Amino acid sequence: MAQNNSEIRYLTPLAVEVKKKKYCRFLKNRIKYVDYKDAQFLKRFLNEQGKILPRRLTGTSLKYHRKVAQAVKRARHLALLPYVTDLMK
Amino acid sequence: MINQYETVFIATPVLSEAQMKEAVEKFRKVITDNNGEVVHEEDWGLKKLAYPIQKKSTGFYHLIEFKSESAFIEKLETQFRRDERVMRFLTFKMDKHSVAYSEKKRRMKKEQNQKEA
Repeated sequence: MAQNNSEIRYLTPLAVEVKKKKYCRFLKNRIKYVDYKDAQFLKRFLNEQGKILPRRLTGTSLKYHRKVAQAVKRARHLALLPYVTDLMK
Repeated sequence: MINQYETVFIATPVLSEAQMKEAVEKFRKVITDNNGEVVHEEDWGLKKLAYPIQKKSTGFYHLIEFKSESAFIEKLETQFRRDERVMRFLTFKMDKHSVAYSEKKRRMKKEQNQKEA
């Protein structure tokens, strides 16, 4: 019985999660300024309803997340981005 | 205190091309008359709005970059509010990073134009 313990076999190989490390694209590419006029770029930080994605999903650092959020809000004011929508992408 | 600002405004789509030019000319004059200095201008033309403003789904976008006294901004914004042709406006105080960004963008555009020519 004790021998069997060391030879446990699984039918399917165990899914070992390899987490891809998230990084802040602004720090990595040394972008210092988030442009509110570039709606196409800001769309990467929005979900389908046009809401701003949380930091835990985008991996952006706090400093630049704040700037992204501010830029998105400016773009919304200028009708470059919608306040609410369905299926934006 | 002299700062660099950037202002984007949306004019109603009912204007004709000439009327739009006149409106832009008016705001340029407002800036230069108040000791401002226009650094750069961009006409984005008629663009579709992401949501309707004043029941209109398109608008003329125009961007002006300028240097002026900080006290002047209030005057400029009153002018924007008074003008019925302007549906929406946004004035943004540029810091050194945004100045560098817009200069870089302009330079790249220029180089691209030269390549094409």
